[in-house]
Amino acid sequence: MSFLLICGLFVLFGILLGFASVKFRVKGDPVADKIEAILPQTQCGQCSFPGCRPYAEAIASGQADINQCPPGGQEGIEALADLLGVESKPLNAEFGVEKPKRVAIIHEQDCIGCTKCIQACPVDAIVGAAKQMHTVVANECTGCELCIEPCPVDCIVMEPIPEDLSNWQWPAPVVVAKPAAQPDLNVQHA
Amino acid sequence: MKFETAIAPHLLPVNRVDWVMAKVLLALLPGIIALTVYFGVGVWVNIVIAVITALVLEAVLLKWRGLPVVPALKDLSAMVTAVLLAISLPVIAPWWLVLLGTAFAIVIAKHLYGGLGYNPFNPAMMGYVFLLVSFPVPMTAWIAPTPVAGFDWTVLEQVAFNLGLGLPEQVQFDAITLATPLDRLKTEIALGHPISAIQNAPVFGYISGKGWEWVALGYLLGGCWLLWQKVIGWQIPLGLMLGLALPAGLGYLLDSEQFANPGFHLAAGATMLGAFFIATDPVTAATSSKGRLFYGALIGLLTYLIRTFGGYPDAIAFSVILANLCVPTIDYLTRPRVFGQRS
Amino acid sequence: MYSMLKLFNFHGGLQLPRHKQVSLERPVATASLPEQLIYPLQLRPGVRLTATVQPGERVLAGQVIADSEHFLATPVHAASSGVVRGIVDWLAPHPSGLPDHAVVIDTDGLEQAVAPMPGLDYRHETPATIKARIRQAGVVGLGGAAFSTAVKLNPGPNRVIDTLILNGAECEPYITCDNALMQTRARAVVEGALILLHALQIGRCLIAVEDHMTEALAALDAVLAEVKDRRLSRVAVPSVYPTGGERQLIKVLTGKEAPSGGIPADVGIVCQNVGTAAAIYDAVVNGLPLTWRLVTVTGKGVARPSNWLARIGTPIADLIEQSGGYTPDVRRLIIGGPMMGFALPDDVIPIAKASNCILAAALSEVDVDRETRACIRCGECANACPVNLLPQQLYWYSRVNNLDKLKQFSLFDCIECGCCEVVCPSHIPLVNYYRAAKSKTLTKAKQAEKAAIAKRRHDANQERKAREQAEKAERARARKAALAAAKQQEQPSES
Repeated sequence: MSFLLICGLFVLFGILLGFASVKFRVKGDPVADKIEAILPQTQCGQCSFPGCRPYAEAIASGQADINQCPPGGQEGIEALADLLGVESKPLNAEFGVEKPKRVAIIHEQDCIGCTKCIQACPVDAIVGAAKQMHTVVANECTGCELCIEPCPVDCIVMEPIPEDLSNWQWPAPVVVAKPAAQPDLNVQHA
Repeated sequence: MKFETAIAPHLLPVNRVDWVMAKVLLALLPGIIALTVYFGVGVWVNIVIAVITALVLEAVLLKWRGLPVVPALKDLSAMVTAVLLAISLPVIAPWWLVLLGTAFAIVIAKHLYGGLGYNPFNPAMMGYVFLLVSFPVPMTAWIAPTPVAGFDWTVLEQVAFNLGLGLPEQVQFDAITLATPLDRLKTEIALGHPISAIQNAPVFGYISGKGWEWVALGYLLGGCWLLWQKVIGWQIPLGLMLGLALPAGLGYLLDSEQFANPGFHLAAGATMLGAFFIATDPVTAATSSKGRLFYGALIGLLTYLIRTFGGYPDAIAFSVILANLCVPTIDYLTRPRVFGQRS
Repeated sequence: MYSMLKLFNFHGGLQLPRHKQVSLERPVATASLPEQLIYPLQLRPGVRLTATVQPGERVLAGQVIADSEHFLATPVHAASSGVVRGIVDWLAPHPSGLPDHAVVIDTDGLEQAVAPMPGLDYRHETPATIKARIRQAGVVGLGGAAFSTAVKLNPGPNRVIDTLILNGAECEPYITCDNALMQTRARAVVEGALILLHALQIGRCLIAVEDHMTEALAALDAVLAEVKDRRLSRVAVPSVYPTGGERQLIKVLTGKEAPSGGIPADVGIVCQNVGTAAAIYDAVVNGLPLTWRLVTVTGKGVARPSNWLARIGTPIADLIEQSGGYTPDVRRLIIGGPMMGFALPDDVIPIAKASNCILAAALSEVDVDRETRACIRCGECANACPVNLLPQQLYWYSRVNNLDKLKQFSLFDCIECGCCEVVCPSHIPLVNYYRAAKSKTLTKAKQAEKAAIAKRRHDANQERKAREQAEKAERARARKAALAAAKQQEQPSES
């Protein structure tokens, strides 16, 4: 009797599992998607892959390490380590170093209108036409630096984004060890 | 004119950890005085040994962990742990017992878990339980309270005994020890004697035991002062007392010869010390108001269950540690509703 | 009129030492004309104005000098006549202590003004006209947030408003400008309330004043007795910090809680500061733009604390000088109160529309160089929190930057009132942790948004390049095919 019962249970769970595997199948490569969501989408190629998606896929398939993305920085590596359940590690300097966020600026008086930078830009953030001056749409620029190298007259420079009221952040506390302040005894809980 | 900036609030803080701890120490005094009056000066020897051990070990550990030593010693938290443990131990506990218990409390229960603020278990109670399970004989050897003691010894002789220098000639060890009221009650009930008969023994007093009830009153007084000073909240003491008194009352109503009355439970053993000084240790207690009520009640209930049905006469230490284990769950289940959010 | 309203409590809060009498002992005085008036162009976070005047241009008092199309923007008017020196970088009245573009006017002392806008008999105007006038006059919330009043009066079609609350519960220590305003201009406040009731088309207004402000209460009562309008009632609320917080005040007066993430209008309430009501009266009835405000100059760091009627744009140094200058023990310069105000790096910073108090604090009044100890989980912070948060949990998660957990523990419901930090026995800079964590969360969200845009643009770029490649290949193939076909046609003729 109990033998039959156990057999029955096995069959039942088998059916349940089979059903679940069909019903809840996940389409696409969910791990690569999650990895890509963490990557900064700079599309700079510093990781040795042509863009963030290929790098994400390479990490997902185990072909690349998690510490090859300089724009994502240490924080990005931590997030990837967290997601994949592996040890965090320092950024691999072979692929570059972490820098503050910057944008490309074209010195327009020197621009000859060759369109080479326009072709190099991975996010189409440079506008202009042949023999016409080009300019960078600063808001769309990811700071990938891919436009620097192709420029024949070296008129593109990377400039740090200045801190102003629009991007200022409250600083995290700095803990100082000094003698304690004298408490005020007049305050009471309501 | 230029100024240094800082981040709000700019108002001076109104509390200080060391003041809180100092007030706790001060509030312990009435209970300690009652202990001294009824059980001799041994408690002071215990306190001195425990405090010195705690401070030295705390300093060594902080130094070893590369943390600032002086500010951490000045917060008095190690001292509070030491004093709480010292007054929980039998007054005639040998010096090495006090030293070992304090060392366990500071090294294992406090610093191994990360030091002040990070320890999940009450260090003093961890030290106490460690001693109780490792050295049950000296841990249950309580001295007879003065009114029923059939001997007389000087302060110097008492100190010498605690320091392991032996008893004076005219006193026998068996003569100075006497089972505590809780212990006695437990043994006698197990032998089938009715409570009304048991309580005729000289060790029992008006409510609980001779001397014990005055010690409890001392802690109650100190505890009320802490409440008034807003050092502790009412939730944990009240929860603990209700958690103990309600089941005790129920048992008493069912069979008053088998189960002691709630008043006895409240005034006996370490109930008051536990309710106002031990369970209220903020580091290891639940954090929300409602959570603290539950936390206190859980300690009270566990204490009653262990005292009545368990293997130990008193149970505050075990109950506190068991309740410490439940704190994360209690905190999770009693999260208050945030203003403007649905529950 | 004297409300028998049942009051409610909110969780937590503190009874703080008030320190208010010092600045109320002297009568309100009018501040003299400064040599320069400075108008920063950032109105509030995310709302920037564009200067409408050119360097070198002469402007008159009441003339618009900056405005924007942004729906939250309100124009800024010059408070006196003079010449625009330029649009320059000037330290802003902002917690960052960073410079920002500002219109700087060199005043000429002639005090020439443009003709005021026509006074309106509001009873015969439509609410839309009144709201337009309120915007035109540059009226914003004077309690500290500088939110556009006209926008606040338009809660949208899905929200039904039934109650207007005028907030005169000035709960932070030291600040007395609303108190002084109610004592000196109770009439304007009450008239402003009537205008607001008309603009909102509702029939109930509660004027909330803290119970210790006896003179202000008496002044209001005198005017209310004269006006005899049953729609208005004034309520004395207990002085518990932060009763003056909008959500807390609504709870105290009505028992309702504005939903987390929502606005007071979601529970049928519009809340305005008493100073804003007076400014509305000036704008609607007298046709005057908002160019002056009452500001408290106080603290042990200043010789003669008092309230000043000052031109918006006046440098703080000018007000301090007229208050007798700094005392030797001045240590910190704060805009706002000691609980939520921010410290300034320099006194060349001007007062803005939302600047209610200049606190020149002495060493004995402020917390300097605190020593932080380990959290002992005492829970005092949770007891004090008016929003019923668990500040301790927020602290732990802020320290390790666990933004997901912070969201779960409702970090963004924190009003940064500072109660938790003031009661903390370990002197942990809690609010600082929360602010940094909030900043970080917002920055991360912004970055994620930017990354998503970059990804879209990159995908489009890749797709376009692939398409161009395919088209090129297709063209090449077509040419090859055409060539081959032509060759084939040639061959038979050859053979």
